[in-house]
Amino acid sequence: MALKVIKERCTGCGLCVQVCPYNAIKLSDENVAEILESCILCGQCIEACPMKALLMEEKHGEEATGYRGVMVFVEHEFGRINHVSFELLGKGRELADKLMVPLCAMVMGDGAKDMAKEVGAYDVDEICVVDAPHLREYQTNPYVREAENIINEYRPEIVLIGATTLGRDFAGALATRLETGLTADCTGLDIDLEKRLLLQTRPAFGGNIMATILCPYKRPQMSTVRPKVMPMPEKVTKDGAHIIEIEPISTPKDLLLSILDFIKDTAGTVNLADADIIVSGGRGIKGPENFKMLFELAQVLGGAVGASRAAVDSGWIPYAHQVGQTGRTVRPKLYIACGISGAIQHLAGMQTSDIIVAINKDPEAPIFKVANYGIVGDLFKVVPEIIRQVKERKAKSAVS
Amino acid sequence: MRIVVCIKQVPSTEAKVQMDPVKGTLIREGVESVVNPFDEYAIEEGVRLKERYGGEVIAVSMGPPQAKDALRQALAMGADKAALLSDRAFAGSDTLATAYTLSLAIKKLGEIDLVICGKQATDGDTAQVGPGLAQRLGFRQLTYVCKVREINLEGKKIVVERLLDEGVQVVETTLPALMTVVKDINQPRLPNVISIRRAARTEIPIWGPQDLNGDQAKFGFDGSPTQVVRIFTPPPRAGGQILEGEVPEVVSKLLDALSSQQVISI
Repeated sequence: MALKVIKERCTGCGLCVQVCPYNAIKLSDENVAEILESCILCGQCIEACPMKALLMEEKHGEEATGYRGVMVFVEHEFGRINHVSFELLGKGRELADKLMVPLCAMVMGDGAKDMAKEVGAYDVDEICVVDAPHLREYQTNPYVREAENIINEYRPEIVLIGATTLGRDFAGALATRLETGLTADCTGLDIDLEKRLLLQTRPAFGGNIMATILCPYKRPQMSTVRPKVMPMPEKVTKDGAHIIEIEPISTPKDLLLSILDFIKDTAGTVNLADADIIVSGGRGIKGPENFKMLFELAQVLGGAVGASRAAVDSGWIPYAHQVGQTGRTVRPKLYIACGISGAIQHLAGMQTSDIIVAINKDPEAPIFKVANYGIVGDLFKVVPEIIRQVKERKAKSAVS
Repeated sequence: MRIVVCIKQVPSTEAKVQMDPVKGTLIREGVESVVNPFDEYAIEEGVRLKERYGGEVIAVSMGPPQAKDALRQALAMGADKAALLSDRAFAGSDTLATAYTLSLAIKKLGEIDLVICGKQATDGDTAQVGPGLAQRLGFRQLTYVCKVREINLEGKKIVVERLLDEGVQVVETTLPALMTVVKDINQPRLPNVISIRRAARTEIPIWGPQDLNGDQAKFGFDGSPTQVVRIFTPPPRAGGQILEGEVPEVVSKLLDALSSQQVISI
């Protein structure tokens, strides 16, 4: 329990200070009652206050009631909805069904109404849409303001956000504004039906430990969810997502950042966060020129190129490609580690990949312990051979 | 220019983190502690900006008393002052409570132009404290910064580059701002003996809840809406197989395996 002052109601009359037997209340510099540590929660001040500005708050009182439904934040960049948002709609449907509550989505942007149609194909009950030109590009402040407004109005019990670069910028700010709990980068979500709580499971310490986290008393319960972990749901043909158009509460003045330029990374054909296949090089690559071979392999497989810290620190390839603890955490369907020994800090960034292939000349390299398929050998022979055979197989299948 | 750098002491990655199987808690004893790697870039950037634009750098950390070691490293790297938030009342803080507590400490420091944090800490990996802190302070939020192009102190402007998924975004905003930094931003210096000695002599005040002008209910465990209910070790990856034979044969086996599992479509 705690004694709380509702600052907006307090007039600074000082009656509470007079009645307090423990000298546990003083008037602050702003002339508002302030509860000191000597308070024993006797409650005499509550009765004395003519403004009803003091109240005894059950610690973790009834804050959790009155919230209902699952809300998914729809993330988009360059006019495309991020696939993780659809994955969350799939998972969100499952959670909403367990709780027997509606599944909602929130879409904000310039042309959000059109995006809502795309979202509506995924068995959503309601879509909150804020369509305004100034929301064309994501910026923290206006997006958080719009989301806060929607959440305060519709009061969902669960809010799901992709654990993407954008999503993590957004979620941390939003949860703080809402003063609620946020669990980062979840890889598992379920419902404790008895308590109607969201069970959020996530890796910590670079994946060495898994933790299940609850947010029992505050609402909404918020999670960011790692992309490509939840399966992509099927589209449904039923129409019926109820579209709720919401007037924006933010204005162009809320754009606190001026975006001067965007320098697109041309080195990687596909970005690491999105890639289904990643070909990565480490110290064994021996020099920057040899990364060409990995780019070629990535290209024939339709993947992206990653690198270990050793390769990046040697200046062979830009940091944007670094996989591992001080780089990116990736979870592709296929990770091909070429000349990477498998230091713990590298494993932390890729060990949840579906299939790992390791090519290394040292049979004792730790990377083989996590690899599904290992090739002990000279990568300068193996990689070109993979490229050759992939091309050959492609050519054959094109003919047949 | 007054800069605050927020840092965290974390278990070294090289040391394998283990669980107490009975209590279900993490065994932290005997595990070497280091400055969170991303925070080293934050310290370095703060010091470089001070060298470029003048002013001072104040390092702040929250944690157990031994987190002073992390602050000493920041001082040795060139921070001018440091403060440690350490009290039992802060124990059990999640990211909401941590950002709240840090925000009070920063307010206590007076007028600040820039707060720098690492992108995330390598133990919790949440990347939530930076954005939370920016909101609490009402500062402009700049995440994933890989370069500070320019600061105009008179005009209160800052131009940075942010490393995003598909490239680099160049952004201008006004100060005060909070930025979280990635590794690409700089190469942290190694402190020399003189600066290490100086750091060892610098007094680091320890602040508790009584030193912060805040709501006691928002500190520590009570102020943390999230609760860890279970921790477990993930099942190890199933043992793989080493493909053997001549190179063409091995590659052929590999591609057969990958296409039969539909990992690649050829």
